[in-house]
Amino acid sequence: MSFDTIVLAVCDGVAYASLVFLVAVGLTFIFGVLGVLNIAHGSFYALGAYTAVSAGIFLTKAGFSPWLTFPALFVAAIFIGAVLGGLMEKLLLQRIYDKEQVLQILVTFAIFMILENVQRLIWGVQPYFMSEPLQLLGNISLFGISYTAYQTLFLPALAVIVLLGLRYFLRHTAAGAQILAVTEDREAASAIGIDAQKVYFVTFIAGATLAALGGALAAPTTSLMPGMGAEMIVLSFAVAATAGLGQIEGAAVAALMIGLGRSLAVYLAPEFEVLVPYILMVGVLIFRPSGLFGAPQLRKI
Amino acid sequence: MALRAILLVLLVAVLAAVPLFAASSQTFLAIVFAKSVAVLGLLLLLQAGQVSFGHGMFFATGAYTVAFLGRSMGGGDLALLLAASVVTSAVLGLLVGLFVVRYRYIFFGMLNLAFSMVLYSILEKFFHLTGGSDGLRIRRPTAFGFTFDRAQFDMVLYYSTFAMAFLAAYLVWRYLRSPLGQALKAIKTNETRLEYIGLSARFVMLVGYVISAVLCGVGGAFLGVIQGIATPEYSYWTRSAEFVFIAILGGVGHVAGALTGTFVYEAVRTYAAAFVADSWQMILGFVLLAIILKAPSGIVGLVEGFTARRRKAEASALTVEAAR
Amino acid sequence: MSEASHPILLQARGLEIRFGGVIAANGIDLDVRGGENLAIIGPNGAGKTTFLNICTGYLRPKAGTVRFEGKEITAQPPRDITRLGIARAFQIPQLFSDHTVLENMLLAAASRQRRFNLLQPLGRIAEKDEMLELLDLVGCAGDRDKRAGDLPEGHRKLVDIAVALALKPKLLLMDEPTSGVASADKFEVMEILVSALAKAKVASVFVEHDMDMVQRYAGRVAVWSAGKIQRLGPPSEVLEDPEVIRTVIGV
Repeated sequence: MSFDTIVLAVCDGVAYASLVFLVAVGLTFIFGVLGVLNIAHGSFYALGAYTAVSAGIFLTKAGFSPWLTFPALFVAAIFIGAVLGGLMEKLLLQRIYDKEQVLQILVTFAIFMILENVQRLIWGVQPYFMSEPLQLLGNISLFGISYTAYQTLFLPALAVIVLLGLRYFLRHTAAGAQILAVTEDREAASAIGIDAQKVYFVTFIAGATLAALGGALAAPTTSLMPGMGAEMIVLSFAVAATAGLGQIEGAAVAALMIGLGRSLAVYLAPEFEVLVPYILMVGVLIFRPSGLFGAPQLRKI
Repeated sequence: MALRAILLVLLVAVLAAVPLFAASSQTFLAIVFAKSVAVLGLLLLLQAGQVSFGHGMFFATGAYTVAFLGRSMGGGDLALLLAASVVTSAVLGLLVGLFVVRYRYIFFGMLNLAFSMVLYSILEKFFHLTGGSDGLRIRRPTAFGFTFDRAQFDMVLYYSTFAMAFLAAYLVWRYLRSPLGQALKAIKTNETRLEYIGLSARFVMLVGYVISAVLCGVGGAFLGVIQGIATPEYSYWTRSAEFVFIAILGGVGHVAGALTGTFVYEAVRTYAAAFVADSWQMILGFVLLAIILKAPSGIVGLVEGFTARRRKAEASALTVEAAR
Repeated sequence: MSEASHPILLQARGLEIRFGGVIAANGIDLDVRGGENLAIIGPNGAGKTTFLNICTGYLRPKAGTVRFEGKEITAQPPRDITRLGIARAFQIPQLFSDHTVLENMLLAAASRQRRFNLLQPLGRIAEKDEMLELLDLVGCAGDRDKRAGDLPEGHRKLVDIAVALALKPKLLLMDEPTSGVASADKFEVMEILVSALAKAKVASVFVEHDMDMVQRYAGRVAVWSAGKIQRLGPPSEVLEDPEVIRTVIGV
């Protein structure tokens, strides 16, 4: 394997890891606070991507500057996260927080089935692609290899901003402190006047928006096809589980591990590309059942 | 109880006579029987409060076992193919089970899903071995040493799946009443106590998991033979989701839920899917939501609830009588 | 004490554990002898339940060892320790709430006898009569077909003890066995329990807050204080100790 291939693989891996991190951190953040692992999270990712592409195509066709496709990515993500995420939390999740776990799982799974179908009804099965943002930022040269600036700079920078922003928000703002309080003990937090219902609502929208953002940002780098939501929910779960559910910084480490592992496989043994994330996850979970950074929970008896 | 026994005997008699008066629905019912065996596997796990979104992997294991073995033997025999798929699905169930039974709830569900995605991509990617997304054709095997023509074989398949569906339901019913089956239900309520009576919760789960894998394997083997093909789609998440859906629809409280649910599901799908093919999955999603939020005990639960209410109503009517 | 001549059943040495800043065990040494009834008393948070959790393998101590009949069992899984002969009843009853009371008992018996035939119904195992007798002993025979989750707190507590007894242990650990039981019944329950234990030659360790119970049924008392054993001896001496009266009994 030549040095060039390694540089390419690392560029690929970091770009991919950044996207997966955005989705996985949304998943793990929601789980950490609400205790619900949202299987429809993968659909938010897919719908974010499709909406962004449709908005981009509309803008370019209408003759607007292609630079407008950039804000369109973010607007699409926030739109999907706030509207779909908000509706899902208000209409469904609020009814099931105190139900059996297996029922919670099935409810988010049912929503996943519905959204996957909705996506196919609207966008059909032909692949979608929008390369404007990728082309606009041009290429940069790294150790003699030319690679898109969008993937080597823009995506990783955004991932780092989200990671640091989330850390800062949770540790140094009043709203973040409220979220942590509800995570720690919902009843106690309610008792001191924190509106737990609102915290759940806001957290869920934030998490869903992160998934949709991951999708929107992925849109310029890949062609969109049915089934991408299913793949992403399992992949982001693999990242979250490898890190330990609820671990935000850990998700970044696990995403990098899985992203790099996967892109190395693309160059070395392409048949194993899809398998690498799961091999890594199972490898970690065999030795650390609660993930790299998670701690086992003991029931009080 | 006696009424139930009579109804069961009647049902079996009618089903046994189907090839005589309704031969055209033979294949439809054979598919129902085959799938109901797989659904039993999911029902088992749901009794322990666990849901797997990946049991399609065992379904595919059964079907591909039949395809591979059939191909290498130039057809093979139905009994042998089934026995082989029991073995392969049990072995895979044991291997995957040893890992996933350490987890519960969402972890259990998602890890199963991950394993099935791995199998799906292997089946799709290694096309020189597996035929890729086109899958592998399954030739009509001999059955119990005899060679049959197409029409005869359909009848053989009908009776084989019929027998298997009822045998599997009976055996699962027995198992769920046995100490280890009862312990499986206890996983849902109190694993700590299970450990403190000296039973390993993981062992209890593993036994249930391997049984559920074998049930899905047998179901997949039969469906492969019925449809004459094994494709990666057998291990895709939509297939696993279908089984979960049917189990919930039929009701997870009783083994009868598997057959009832599969029959209703397949009947509706066969007749309605033509009109709503594009939104079938969405409809399933909405029905699943409705069942979970409004009738978590499924069809069998609804029927039992109805008869129980009627009995209660009759009893109270009697007391009113007596009071006069 | 006559028990002094009995062999040591359970031996804890130098147990240490902490949760965050709280030291729940700070060098616990304790021997439990065959046939004795040992009471553990002490203020909340002194580490009494933690001691039971360590002895049964639920928690792994940071330091120290637990031996049972001479064999080291430190941090072994609870199921293995249970099978060696230590049964446990819990402060919050741990029952299979969807099963009937009798099924709870039968599951324990089936596990004890390793009855794993997949086709034999649980309701027909040979130990059924024995289990019914046990339920009768703790006064819950009338509950046999009720769902365990539907029982009132006091009965759940008794069934929890009966499940532990169903395992035919050599040593029974009980966490506040009569809390939740109506106070009028407390002594009667304990009376039955202690005589049943004596008859079956089962040793017991019980955490208790009621000093009358301790006085009456314990052969020895261990006083827990901030993860340490502050005092150990017969109740007549320990319960008269002014220090113990001040810190634990709180008069």
